[in-house]
Amino acid sequence: MRDFVSKRARAIPPSGIRKFFDIAQTMEDVISLGVGEPDFVTPWCVCEASIYSIEQGSTAYTSNKGTPQLRAAISRYLDTRFNTRYDPEAEIIVTCGVSEAADIAIRAVTDPGDEILVAEPCYVSYNPCVSLAGGTPVPVLCRAADEFRLTADALAESITPKTKALIANFPNNPTGGVMEKGDWHAIADLLVDHDLLLISDEVYAELTYDGEHFSPARIPELRERTITLNGFSKAFAMTGWRIGYLCAPPEITAAALKIHQYVALCAPVMGQIAAYEALRIGEDEKDAMVREYRLRRNLFVDGLNKLGLVCHVPKGAFYAFPSVESTGMTDVEFAEGLLREQHVAVVPGSALGPSGAGHVRCAYAVSRDDLKEALSRMGAFLESIK
Amino acid sequence: MDEKDRILLQLLEENCRTPLSELAVLAEMSEQDVKDRIGRLEAAGAIRRYGAVVDWERAGDGNVAAVIELKVSPERDFGYDRIAERISRFPQVRSLRLMTGAYDLQLLVTGPSMHEIARFVSEQIAPMDRIRETATHIIMKTYKENGTTFAEREEVERLPYSF
Repeated sequence: MRDFVSKRARAIPPSGIRKFFDIAQTMEDVISLGVGEPDFVTPWCVCEASIYSIEQGSTAYTSNKGTPQLRAAISRYLDTRFNTRYDPEAEIIVTCGVSEAADIAIRAVTDPGDEILVAEPCYVSYNPCVSLAGGTPVPVLCRAADEFRLTADALAESITPKTKALIANFPNNPTGGVMEKGDWHAIADLLVDHDLLLISDEVYAELTYDGEHFSPARIPELRERTITLNGFSKAFAMTGWRIGYLCAPPEITAAALKIHQYVALCAPVMGQIAAYEALRIGEDEKDAMVREYRLRRNLFVDGLNKLGLVCHVPKGAFYAFPSVESTGMTDVEFAEGLLREQHVAVVPGSALGPSGAGHVRCAYAVSRDDLKEALSRMGAFLESIK
Repeated sequence: MDEKDRILLQLLEENCRTPLSELAVLAEMSEQDVKDRIGRLEAAGAIRRYGAVVDWERAGDGNVAAVIELKVSPERDFGYDRIAERISRFPQVRSLRLMTGAYDLQLLVTGPSMHEIARFVSEQIAPMDRIRETATHIIMKTYKENGTTFAEREEVERLPYSF
């Protein structure tokens, strides 16, 4: 028999955490700081509305780009919350999570041979999506010394005549780094001068703790060359509903819509109804969750630094990204030892890009009691390796 | 009250045994500031008392609780305040509120048995001046108290890792 697996599929590297996943599965009492999702259940008002809609028989396909109600609500929300304006008819597509939005955005703009810059460390799906689209992912490193911001110097170094676009995710998974207004202005000229497109994944926008989230599409010169991605998973604790969205100028949106309608047809209707309710009445519960994440961040980052695991204060998302350099171990050794010895699961930073090496990602989206227990186990682990 | 006070009050309401050092880290201020602010909130009466939320049934105490509705004729110059003050002095009365709607005062009363509660209502409360009518509702089961649910839900299993 022939080998049926395509060269493209074969070329996708295996997941860097598979091994850890298997070890964790054998343990009973793991405290997992490895999951990039809220520990909260979706606000009840949102669940209740969706249950009611199912009872009423709302179980059919929707418009490819999403229900008109939800697109209109997203448009109003982006305007009032982040000062960006998108036309619900021509510039917004509701997708199956931000994962799909990133995929169709990348495929809508990538030709074979294009170099797509990816600000690293980052969420793991951008690079494979670029490769599957025939492009070449090129890392741009964000460094601890810059609090994991993307700097103009780093960006300029990576641009070549083949460069077509930049993918950036701020607030950032895994570092918790953010880009403020001035940071974006500092790189806007480079993007314009080299005629580059920006794909901005802002799924953690609501989880910004010090100051306001700044959406790069607010900068007029960038608006026409930016694809903004966002979704409901993180802000409204709705990971399993799979609802994200893509916003871009009409021509790019139309191209992405062609791909979306053939691969996904439409996002699940129950999720779209729930997402509409989240925007309509979920704000207070969202705000309460954001306040709680901030408390957890304060508790956990303070604890890490007291243990000697140096960690900058993440200004967004729900990840702490401490350095494990002081232990003399690599991030993979540290993560594996901590899991085996003390049953605490963290993600080695090198699994999220080479510039993540020497750090581990700890998602503090668990209860404060669990965070305290995790800190005490990490302390015990550090003692044991002295 | 400012945002920092609000954070402290919420943390104390959730667990009043949280150490000062932890409150300081959580609320992003010094321990001395935490101490000063709590002192002010206590002095101002915003913090009435530090207590535990107890599920007495589970603790093994068979106390019975009842909600009692009272229709009351208000007094000139005092309204409901004087009669409410009299009623609130009984230790059996756990909470007491003035309500809008079909009746005026609502009491939460606890006692060792239904019989005791009935006797308390008929002998102590009902005969008071200005009480026109009483209705006693025995509490059968408590599902949620002061924001805390008593029933235990099974935890939904989450994946140990994701990107």
